[in-house]
Amino acid sequence: MKRYFLTIAAGLGMFSVSLVSCTGKLNRQPANTTTGSNVFSTPAGAKEALAKVYGAFALTSSTGPSNGDLGGIDAGTSDFIRLLWDASELSTDEAVCAWNDPGVPDFHNLNWNSSNVILLGLYARTIYQVTVANAFIQNAAGANFTGSDKTDLGHYVAEARFLRAFDYAEMMDLFGNSPFITDKDPVGTVPTYIKRADLFTYVESELKSLDSAGALVAARQNEYARADQACVWALLARIYLNAEVYTGTARYTDAITYALKVINAGYTLDTSYSNLFRADNNVNNPEQIFSIAYDGVNTQNYGGTTFIINAAIGGSMKPANYGVPGGGWGGNRVTSNLPNLFQSGDKRALFYTSGQTEAIADIGTFTNGYATVKWQNLTSTGATPAGASTFCSTDFPLFRLAEQYMIYAEAVLRGGSGGDATTALGYVNALRTRGGVTPYTALTLQDILDERGMEFYWECQRRSDLIRFGVFTSGSYLWPWKGGVSSGTGVDSHFNLFPLPATDLNTNPNLQQNLGYN
Amino acid sequence: MKWRQLLTICVLPCLLLLAAPALAQNRTVTGKVTDATGAPLAGASVVVKGSKRGAVTDANGKFTLQVPVAATTVVISWVGYRTQEVAIGDGAPLDISLQPGANANLNEVVVIGYGAVQKKDLTGAVSSVNAKDFQQGAITSADQLIQGKVAGVAITTNGGQPGNSSTIRIRGLASLNGNQDPLYVIDGVELPPMKKLDGTSSVSGTANPLSLMNPDDIENITILKDASAEAIYGSRGAAGVIIITTKKGRGGKPVFNFNTQLTVGTVAKRVQVLSASQYRAFAAKDLETTPGDTIYTDLMGSASTDWQKQIYQTAVTTNDNLSVSGVAKHLPYHLSLGYHDEQGILKTDKLQRGTVGIHLTPSFLHNHLKVELNLNGSLSKSRFANQGAIGDAISFDPTQPVYQPGNKFGGYWQWTDKTGTFIPLATQNPVALLEQYNSTGYSSSSIGNLHLNYEVPGVDGLHAIADWGYDVANGHGTVVIPPNAAQAINNSPGPGQWQQYKQNNTYVSVNYGFNYIRDFKAIKSNLNAMATYSYTNNLITTYNYANFDAAHDTISGSAPTYLTSPTENTLISYLGRVIYTYDQKYILTATLRDDGSSRFSPANRWGLFPSAALAWRVSQEDFLKNTRWLTDLKIRGSYGVTGNQDGIPNYEYIPTYSLGTNNSLYQFGDKFYPLYSPAAYFPNLRWETTKSTNIGIDYGLFNNRISGSIEYYYKNISNLLNSIYIPVGSNFTNLAPYINIGSMVDHGVELTVNATPIKGKNFTWDLSYNFTYLKNRITKLTNQDQSASFVGDQVGGIGGGTGNDIQVQTVGYTANSFFVLQQIYGKNGKPIEGLYADRDRNGTVSYPADAYRYKSPFAPVTMGFSSTFNYMRWSLTLVTRASIGNYVYNNINSGLGATKYILHNGLGYLSNATTDIYNSGFVNPQYFSDYYVQNASFFKLDNLGIGYNVGNLNSHVSLRLNANCQNVFVITKYTGVDPEVYNGIDNNLYPRPRNFTIGASLNF
Repeated sequence: MKRYFLTIAAGLGMFSVSLVSCTGKLNRQPANTTTGSNVFSTPAGAKEALAKVYGAFALTSSTGPSNGDLGGIDAGTSDFIRLLWDASELSTDEAVCAWNDPGVPDFHNLNWNSSNVILLGLYARTIYQVTVANAFIQNAAGANFTGSDKTDLGHYVAEARFLRAFDYAEMMDLFGNSPFITDKDPVGTVPTYIKRADLFTYVESELKSLDSAGALVAARQNEYARADQACVWALLARIYLNAEVYTGTARYTDAITYALKVINAGYTLDTSYSNLFRADNNVNNPEQIFSIAYDGVNTQNYGGTTFIINAAIGGSMKPANYGVPGGGWGGNRVTSNLPNLFQSGDKRALFYTSGQTEAIADIGTFTNGYATVKWQNLTSTGATPAGASTFCSTDFPLFRLAEQYMIYAEAVLRGGSGGDATTALGYVNALRTRGGVTPYTALTLQDILDERGMEFYWECQRRSDLIRFGVFTSGSYLWPWKGGVSSGTGVDSHFNLFPLPATDLNTNPNLQQNLGYN
Repeated sequence: MKWRQLLTICVLPCLLLLAAPALAQNRTVTGKVTDATGAPLAGASVVVKGSKRGAVTDANGKFTLQVPVAATTVVISWVGYRTQEVAIGDGAPLDISLQPGANANLNEVVVIGYGAVQKKDLTGAVSSVNAKDFQQGAITSADQLIQGKVAGVAITTNGGQPGNSSTIRIRGLASLNGNQDPLYVIDGVELPPMKKLDGTSSVSGTANPLSLMNPDDIENITILKDASAEAIYGSRGAAGVIIITTKKGRGGKPVFNFNTQLTVGTVAKRVQVLSASQYRAFAAKDLETTPGDTIYTDLMGSASTDWQKQIYQTAVTTNDNLSVSGVAKHLPYHLSLGYHDEQGILKTDKLQRGTVGIHLTPSFLHNHLKVELNLNGSLSKSRFANQGAIGDAISFDPTQPVYQPGNKFGGYWQWTDKTGTFIPLATQNPVALLEQYNSTGYSSSSIGNLHLNYEVPGVDGLHAIADWGYDVANGHGTVVIPPNAAQAINNSPGPGQWQQYKQNNTYVSVNYGFNYIRDFKAIKSNLNAMATYSYTNNLITTYNYANFDAAHDTISGSAPTYLTSPTENTLISYLGRVIYTYDQKYILTATLRDDGSSRFSPANRWGLFPSAALAWRVSQEDFLKNTRWLTDLKIRGSYGVTGNQDGIPNYEYIPTYSLGTNNSLYQFGDKFYPLYSPAAYFPNLRWETTKSTNIGIDYGLFNNRISGSIEYYYKNISNLLNSIYIPVGSNFTNLAPYINIGSMVDHGVELTVNATPIKGKNFTWDLSYNFTYLKNRITKLTNQDQSASFVGDQVGGIGGGTGNDIQVQTVGYTANSFFVLQQIYGKNGKPIEGLYADRDRNGTVSYPADAYRYKSPFAPVTMGFSSTFNYMRWSLTLVTRASIGNYVYNNINSGLGATKYILHNGLGYLSNATTDIYNSGFVNPQYFSDYYVQNASFFKLDNLGIGYNVGNLNSHVSLRLNANCQNVFVITKYTGVDPEVYNGIDNNLYPRPRNFTIGASLNF
């Protein structure tokens, strides 16, 4: 008996030894993936990682239009521009949307709360872009390049920092107070909380540090769709113009300084306003400073200009006439306030009125309210891009020269020094002349607000403008259905800031809700 | 060990060996075994009571057996029949008639995973269904065989698509976001999951991998329900285990069986939509309110089309099986061929499947080495209909014709604008959706294993066991849409579609172990111990292809970045079990499994899953032994821990970068670059853990004329995976798909009664009833469950709007409770549009602020009732099911039960509506109204069958005929097509057919 036990014990022993070697098989590695340090072992990999830092603005995911980087929101609606557009246009006199999709009606009603899914998306998308930029900066530190590869990588890192500053500037504008995380924090770190004024200081200091020579490629010298030094100036000019809103301290002189840097960098107005919003606006466009690049074939998503263009087509409009033969979603129109700003004959008044009523009896009916055809997927020559069906190739200008003109003019009017009223008038009139309407002889602040409405409608500027002019929530300026009432009504001033999403307040103990949303 | 016991162990076998020759004086017993109808039973086992000596009946049910002179009784048994003991008597041929029935057979062997025990020795909650009791009729996959047959096992077929899978829930929900499907084990091989994480079939080219196995080859299906039984499967056992055993060779001479079935399936019920005349009346009335505004009514056609009639068909299915079973010399074999050809009731849907089964069970080395070889192979070809046609048939304008000869859409009428351009957002001609869509899938698969069981010489009762198993499946297919089809007319670069897919699955399992089974008579003990090492590896390789238009030009951005996407996971386990029986009264089972999974980081990789169970056979006690009416009484209790990891992706813990797809490039300058993206990762991920307690009573009364069991269980699931928001900015997502954070409790009561109320010479009546009560309650979801702003996890996406959910997971409530607004009704009993209870009393009604939790899709009470009547050669069987307290959100009515968009959608086309507009009167859709959450309790007569045993046609051939009707009728208050909707959201369910089957079974 003993002998058998010994045999069995020996057998079992050998058996176990043979098994132990198998446990190594539990270290399975995913195919078609690599590590961060591997990506940054080649210049090509680093550039593809940079493409993600930019692509995070343009796309909902890196794996096609039906996937999303974010959770808790429909993938197709989760890109940056679509979310920003909803928050900064639907909440104003410039747009209404027929859809009853989650969160959409809240905007025109000026009655959102911390559960609004679009605001969750906008917040999470903006901070997601920060985390991607942080990861880029972290991994780039480990890259070991030489020569021009090293110089390029330096530019990439500076661009990632600029994009991150842009993200935080958006957080400052939209939510005021924000979660805060930088490349100093490893993945997994719970972000701290930063107040609006501190965020202003951070963004300003980041941008100023990027303004040193050579950090970014010089103005107008970088590849298309990559940020250059002028972007830093343009963003500084924008945040200085709004500084009083953000911090309580006006910075109009600084706004003039940086707007002038951009204006003097060699940009010129495009002779045709409408060409700025066409499928070929990436080429022969002397006015664009920095755009998000879309392409109907290569850069597909259901947001961005694809959303802006398709959602604006409905009623008797024929999608193929705007470059989207397979599209047309029947959603967005304008309130009567916007067409009423224009003098007749203004080439910027790109409205579609056939079968549409100017008045909006019912927000849910597309034919109530004029449609606009400002954004199109046709090229400047009227051609439809090859392969176009629904996805659009029109790029979205985040910064263009006209805005710097208007910043200069407004800052001068608001008492900034370093500029003069004549130049200011000249800049504004340059836009009016391009529109083909009578120039102003003198400027008032109301003219500035109205001119901005006519020049930048549907470009995600309106909410900030109305807030800066103090009329976003107040009863002193109304538009149809403002506050959910057909004649318009004022709402509480706490709606000047969006609430931090409840889901994030619940998981991040460092955060505090904005005033009025508790 | 005391010397006396040691002596016993060593000496007893020697004594037995010595005794054997002494008993070698034999006599011959012959006889014939028949079933209740008098038909010969081939393959029945005839064993001398108290010995291992036995024989098996031949094709004519006859046997010859050499028995010791001293023997007095033989025991005749066969699966699915009640075992009978017969006195040998004076040598006259024995005539034995076996009674069929599900009644407890205490000596019946039940597989329990890595082994088998006699039913009387079971300590856990295990249910076993034999082929005799399977559902009859048109059955395509194994899961359909046991629907309604087992308490605590809820099987919901996912609509009527040929070969479609079922949703199976054993004892309620095992998880909220992880795997909820049971583990399948075929002939001892643990199979990989049947579904991918997204819920689609894990084998491409087929709707359901389980349908690749011929149900006719299955002899028994056993379900492990409590942790004591499941824990042997460790981190894969928590959702229950379904063990399938195939038919094996028996008898001597070959017995051929040929059975053939013809099934005709019809649509049982259709969605009630406006007929063409109702539609015209509606339009006329609409015109009265806005005279002259004919912009919409001008779009109407002059035809009268019942679109649902156009897309459904009477489906014909044939099923033929040929098998041969027997023993050639010392090689028992069971060989089978099957061919199944099934049409769906949705036009163009079709499944053709050929199967082959080879099962050999030889023994070598004087029976010391038992070998089992199982090979199951199948080839299938499926044509998958475009199920989008179901929804479009409901909403398509009934005044339009099906065909418009000569038009540019291949002759199918479609919505166009004035210039003749197709309107992309319009509903599409449902017939065109079907006929201009050719999705064909092919799969070839094989499942099998080689099992060796070697009786180690010298150590009585010790067996060395080795098992090598595999499951290989290759699938591929194409989806082709012609260029003139409206469904792909706007594709770029050109119209139409040509798309291919391919996937290879390779799964291997290896088990080595020892089994030790010994009786220690002197100490009235029996020991059954097992120790096993197990290795499984599952590799799935998906081939990535570009999509093409009909002209084979690449569709924009679809060229793949990587040519293949392999994904692999490995599980290594050490497991053991001890079953100790004392005096045939007290049984202790203890198991332990140590699992290491490649899905988790080394720090979280290994986990222990223990279990223990005790059973007391009360009826064996002296004070009950003489109670004649009590045949059997056993009290059981068990506790164990199981895990659940099949719902977790393979590499979730590893930080990675990967390149994006070619439609997600970004432009720098003139060049487009792919995106190298970091993925979110979660190093702390691990399996869900289920701790479960079970208390059960098995009973048998009046010589087992009435038998069954009563169970109570309580399951506490912790480390429950939840998709939760994580601090934005802390990782590369804001919503972690899987975090082990939640917990949930399931508890329930199960009752089974098998009875034979009448047992006569010519007439027998068997019935079987099962009752299940189960309650589910979520106990934790996130760390912020108490926060006022946390309403819970909203789930249950509905059709209508973008991203609308209708259900919610909330702590303290049943999973997937509906989350709706409370509808206010007018005096006429009709709902008042847009008027809801302001539950938060803030003056305005909004969703979700005023929503409340109202009912759940899961039934607290389900019942199954089967009955068989045998009269002479006739048999009548019926299977019914009832479900009480389940609710369904009628998404068809909520989406199409409003009048506004019938005419006035402003997009240039018209839509139909359901007749519910006459009830609700709603103008705008009211998606969140509790009006649409309906009581979907039901009673179904699932199956009604009649059989006639023609008997022997001549001395070699016997024939049996049967006819069946499946899905006979449903009694329910639910107003939709079918109240049985697993997730409770009724949105274009593929109707389950009503099937009429006739069949014949020939033995020769």
